[in-house]
Amino acid sequence: MTLLGRRLASKPEMSRPDRTIILDARALARALQRMAGEVLELAHGTDDLLLIGIQRRGVELADRIAKLIEKDKGTRIPRGALDITLYRDDLETVGPKPVIGETRIPGELAGKHVVIVDDVLYTGRTVRAALDELADFGRPKRISLCVLVDRGGRELPIQPDIVGERVKVNSGERVDVLVEELDGRDEVNLVRQGAPA
Amino acid sequence: MTAPPLGKDLVGLEDLSADQIRLILDTAEPFKEVSERPIKKVPALRGKTIVNLFFEASTRTRISFEFAEKRLSADTVNVAASGSSVQKGETLVDTARNLEAMRIDMVVIRHPSSGAAEFLGNRIRSNVINAGDGKHEHPTQGLLDLLTIRDKHGKIDGIKVCLVGDVLHSRVARSNIWGLLKLGAEVGVCGPDTLLPRGIEELGVCRFRRIEEAIEWADVLNVLRLQLERMEMGFIPSVREYYRVFGVTAERLEKAARPMTIMHPGPMNRGVEIDSRVADGPHSVILDQVTNGVAVRMAVLYLLAGGRPELADAAKGPGGPE
Amino acid sequence: MRPLLLKGGRVIDPSRGFDQAADILIQEGKIAAVGTGLGTPDGAEVRDVRGRVVAPGLVDVHVHLREPGNEDVETIASGARAAAAGGFTTVCAMPNTDPVTDNQAAVGFIVRQSVRAGLTRVYPIGAISVGQRGERLAEFGEMMGAGAVAVSDDGKPVVSSHLMRTALEYARTFEIPVADHCEEPTLAAGGVMHEGLVAARLGLKGIPAAAEEIMVGRDVLLAGLTGGHVHLCHVSTRGSVALIRAAKEQGVRVTAEVTPHHLTLTERHCERYDTHAKMNPPLREAADVAALRQALKEGVIDCIASDHAPHAYDAKEAAFDDAPFGIVGLETAFAVAYTELVVGGILGLPELVHRMSTAPAAAFRLPGGTLQPGAAADVVVLDVTARWTVDPAAFFSKSRNTPFAGRALTGRAALTIVGGKVAHQAEAPAGS
Repeated sequence: MTLLGRRLASKPEMSRPDRTIILDARALARALQRMAGEVLELAHGTDDLLLIGIQRRGVELADRIAKLIEKDKGTRIPRGALDITLYRDDLETVGPKPVIGETRIPGELAGKHVVIVDDVLYTGRTVRAALDELADFGRPKRISLCVLVDRGGRELPIQPDIVGERVKVNSGERVDVLVEELDGRDEVNLVRQGAPA
Repeated sequence: MTAPPLGKDLVGLEDLSADQIRLILDTAEPFKEVSERPIKKVPALRGKTIVNLFFEASTRTRISFEFAEKRLSADTVNVAASGSSVQKGETLVDTARNLEAMRIDMVVIRHPSSGAAEFLGNRIRSNVINAGDGKHEHPTQGLLDLLTIRDKHGKIDGIKVCLVGDVLHSRVARSNIWGLLKLGAEVGVCGPDTLLPRGIEELGVCRFRRIEEAIEWADVLNVLRLQLERMEMGFIPSVREYYRVFGVTAERLEKAARPMTIMHPGPMNRGVEIDSRVADGPHSVILDQVTNGVAVRMAVLYLLAGGRPELADAAKGPGGPE
Repeated sequence: MRPLLLKGGRVIDPSRGFDQAADILIQEGKIAAVGTGLGTPDGAEVRDVRGRVVAPGLVDVHVHLREPGNEDVETIASGARAAAAGGFTTVCAMPNTDPVTDNQAAVGFIVRQSVRAGLTRVYPIGAISVGQRGERLAEFGEMMGAGAVAVSDDGKPVVSSHLMRTALEYARTFEIPVADHCEEPTLAAGGVMHEGLVAARLGLKGIPAAAEEIMVGRDVLLAGLTGGHVHLCHVSTRGSVALIRAAKEQGVRVTAEVTPHHLTLTERHCERYDTHAKMNPPLREAADVAALRQALKEGVIDCIASDHAPHAYDAKEAAFDDAPFGIVGLETAFAVAYTELVVGGILGLPELVHRMSTAPAAAFRLPGGTLQPGAAADVVVLDVTARWTVDPAAFFSKSRNTPFAGRALTGRAALTIVGGKVAHQAEAPAGS
């Protein structure tokens, strides 16, 4: 399915349909399973692992990955949520202010290996904001980045340590991640900009 | 997802819609969390200059605003302007022009004349936040009172709130009345007729002449400070009489049918409008009001702080954070 | 001075119940003849006033001209010019100048300044009490001798009932009205607008209607007791109207005036803290406006007076509490009254002319308000079809504080003649 998605993604824009499914529910679940394994490997176990999801859907994904690791290892993995709105570098220009979600960091960051989890990595500015915000909470031993989709188009020197799926995206398109908890189904779509969400 | 705008200034709750008020309260919640962090600062208003322009002495409101501003990383300047009644008007116009000339981003103003915040807001491009203008409104106090009620009772719609005391001279009372009515609460006022404004019932507020009746009816009592000048001006015969007849005392509350939430905008005259035992008692949320005050003020500053929407379109293209 | 013939207008002279098309001949500063088919004397200037209304020059018994003391906001000359532009040939200037006009020298000064200006006649009103301090009577006789036509402490109320009584009694010697600004000071103290729902919402201290009515009641009782003539300034409440009506029915010698703004605006104009709606007495409720209109129609209120009160532009640029009370009114009075009352169907034009010329002259026993042959040629030619928009920048007054800025009005003075001399001539409006 992902191969098909990639082939569709590289077709010329004119004949592109509004919405293409890149990952369906099963593919997404498989990707998360693989990512969970890579997280364990990266963190050399669970002792000082802390998963922090970026609002909004990063939080649900972090939760899923944590549960997969817990099922595997039997130990509780602490997880938190981070809303980066107040650290956005475009807050000045964005006009009506965005709604701020919940930030919830369990315990101290010192000595922890924090794995930031987000749904889509694009310009890198969200991750930069997340790093700034985490710095105001404390100084973790190490911070890694884990994303479900890397769509390229970086504007900052930020790279993920763990990726679920790499997607080539043309101008005028975006990647939408839907999760069961918030949207009723698990899916990753390539959407033509201007098409209804 | 972006939220509906609030306009340039916050002058009063009378001008806001219920949705706008709810927006501010909802925005205040995450700011409460910021005040619990080890580093109580976020960069949201970094580089903004905010002037606290206080023509009336006020420690608590000014400090609350200052914390809110600093926790948003803004640069703050405190101006304690004296207003002798001869110079008040002139000072305000000239002050407005000076601030405009210095390109201040936001002004928080407290002034003894009703309408002063709107007067300033109409004359400068900076955002103007009313921290209390004469007897007109004190919107951030009204908002933090609403937030406190919502936290305690889970909602505002249908809650019965009675304002007790000098409603006539109280800007806190007016802001409370507007905010509560717009969010669906039932509002009452209680005090001697000399301290209640004529026509108050036409706003949709019920009045109680005896504190016992108010206690029987209300879920929440918001007890207003009795200024001692009122006695000198003949509105009440004496402070002692006021306490005897209208004081919110532990004995009176014991007779209440259900536990009463007790609020007070501060500073309190213990033993005049309110008993110490009540103020310090289990149903008092007076300290929560103070905590909520900083969060509400952060929310207001955050929501008002100018965006430049013409640049927002550029931000929407590739280059927006994802 | 050449003779002047005003030809073909509709002549309304309320002093004789005259209302028909006629010509008016003015010679040597007096009305020489009124009628149709008047011949044109040699050398006469002829003005075609067809389509216009020719009336006795308007009379305003209550203006503040600020000279001496505040010449930067108005002088007798600028005020007289503004009055002429408004169609007034006579105005009475209140004595709350700086220093107060409470002696014959001060009264004489105003008379001389009026003559120097050579436009609308400015008659001084002398103070009731020395310095308007409410303690001792001023010298009514000396002031009358120097040219005063009435006495008043306007700006302030006469607080002491004893002083008001003695003033009414003493004024009988000179047959002058004692004009009172009716305001009970302890009730009104600190108030800046009408006490009512709008004040409650805006958080402003109110002046209750009772503050005026208490003094109106007192004044008509004292007028009844003394047989003196009391004139009530700027009546603003329906309660006052009821008291005046009852007093007149009992034969008390009371006259009363109302301003164009109290006939038009309400407390709602104070919303958004607009200081151009701040005056004393304040703008009241719709029911008060209705009662005042009815009272004017019935004659319970005798006349319209502007209470023209100039203020510097930056004085009004202040928080509502701090701004001074008062608005200018000479240049908008007739147009506001015509638009709201005549076009609005409440009064006929002859009734309005009566209330703005004949009646005020009669109330203060002044010459004027008549086009009787032999009377001084104080005439106004009104264009009641002219539609114009109030532009304070175009005022002849030095001050601009009006709540009517930008308002579209109908009616203006096309020509104002004082003693046979043209004091004001409007530019012809487009298309006339």
